[in-house]
Amino acid sequence: MSEALALSGVDALYGESHVLHEVSFTLSAGKVLALLGRNGAGKTTCMSAIIGFLPPRRGEIRLFGEPVSRLVPEAIARKGVGFVPQGRRIFPTLTVRENLIVSGRSRAGAPVPWNLERVVALFPRLKERLQQVAGSLSGGEQQMLAIGRALMGNPRVLLMDEPSEGLAPLIVAEVGRTIARLKQEGQSILLVEQNIKLALDLADEVVILNTGRVAFSGSAGEVRSDQVLITQHLGVF
Amino acid sequence: MKWARWALLAVALAAFPWIAGEYYINLTSQIFIAATFAASLNLLVGYGGLPSLGHASWLGLAAYLSAWMSLKLGLGHALTAPAALLGTTLVACAFGWISLRATGLGFLMITLALSQVLWGTAYRWVSVTDGDNGLRGLTRPAPFGISLDGATSFYYFALAVTVVAITLMAMFVASPFGAALRGTRDQPRRMSALGHDVWTVRWITFVYSAFWGAVSGLLFVYYNKYIHPASLSITSSAEALLGVIAGGSGTLAGPIVGAAIIMLLKNYVSAYIERWNMLMGFVFVLIVIFMPEGVVPGVRRLYLRLRKWRTG
Repeated sequence: MSEALALSGVDALYGESHVLHEVSFTLSAGKVLALLGRNGAGKTTCMSAIIGFLPPRRGEIRLFGEPVSRLVPEAIARKGVGFVPQGRRIFPTLTVRENLIVSGRSRAGAPVPWNLERVVALFPRLKERLQQVAGSLSGGEQQMLAIGRALMGNPRVLLMDEPSEGLAPLIVAEVGRTIARLKQEGQSILLVEQNIKLALDLADEVVILNTGRVAFSGSAGEVRSDQVLITQHLGVF
Repeated sequence: MKWARWALLAVALAAFPWIAGEYYINLTSQIFIAATFAASLNLLVGYGGLPSLGHASWLGLAAYLSAWMSLKLGLGHALTAPAALLGTTLVACAFGWISLRATGLGFLMITLALSQVLWGTAYRWVSVTDGDNGLRGLTRPAPFGISLDGATSFYYFALAVTVVAITLMAMFVASPFGAALRGTRDQPRRMSALGHDVWTVRWITFVYSAFWGAVSGLLFVYYNKYIHPASLSITSSAEALLGVIAGGSGTLAGPIVGAAIIMLLKNYVSAYIERWNMLMGFVFVLIVIFMPEGVVPGVRRLYLRLRKWRTG
């Protein structure tokens, strides 16, 4: 199975504070990898390193075998890394339609390319609100817009930072179904999530970070059956 | 309903020279020029979030280039107009490259400094610019053999250019590129994570905005048949910036209304009140107090509130 995204020995620092220590993991093509850990474990920092906001001090990040860790954020995005940021971060003053078209990018070799029609078919609620200013959407709709915006770039790897955060249970379930559907279509996804149950339901593989180090790496099944691991590193259930 | 309003505006603008006297026709032509100039600045300030205090560079440079080529080189308008636009746009490519090293206040100061360089040059390089005397003795072009020397013919010419300019700027803002520009204004980092080169988006906007500033400069020099360093001064840049802010930055109608307010105060009110500058300051203070977002969004807000109040 080919690797979609691989981190090997990545060290990242905010100024002098060492946040990631030799983080290594591999996301296989067409799979969902859940990146779990407590607050401050380094999950979001990991995302920042991958998308180029915080270039790693040491180590390498590869996208389908091609090193991307020395590129600027816009170049990494163009190589095919799509990002759904934590807290949605849609463009509030732009219309829903504009939010989607600003990230529109076609990519050769994408099986069923994402475009405006397909995105609004995936999220029918956005269709009714295309001309509406995005800041007026509800939290759930904004999350769908953020996911749609990332899909419009036809990413080869989709990074999602806590897509269920702050949403009502019904909407969380809808987001979960959407991720499951994307996975079914062969989308490679790196998922950061505080909602452990949602993450374990969706993920094939799990990486648990603890204070910036990889504490566990294995299949989702292993985590589900290992209560000790869950209480030790995630502190929930 | 919307179309009826547009049609009414078109008829009013077309019929205006038939009902108004020459003074008002000329005043309106000057408003068109100021509106095009302010609208071009609004691309940077309102849609790009880049406050420039050097926009007069483009009006002044295009006017000087065109005047110099026709006076000193004896070239006709058919050559000087495109050459002046091209020359100004090329300088804007370089100025944009320098200014966009910074954003916010830094950007404001660099654009101010660069425009001061042009202003100083216009003042001191007497052999080329005739210094404080300005370049005089210019003519208006006669496109398709139609003389623009009359107030009415120039009015229609300025109106046509302004309509084309504002339409093309509106299309720019509404395009996917315009959406990306507004995205870089609100969240530049997010835009780069979506694969946009923020710097290039801003630079293209800078050059495009300067191009339309240059177009207004040509109208300006055709109208006045004269160009003086004052057109390149910080006062000229600041006036346009005030117009954009007072009218409502980031809206299409805002800069037009703002430019009209300034032109009316400057030309019309000054005939009756000696200290018109004080009045202008007073008007701006009132606008800032009651409609901090600008006249156009402010009036829209008041109108909506009134309608709500009426319907209960």
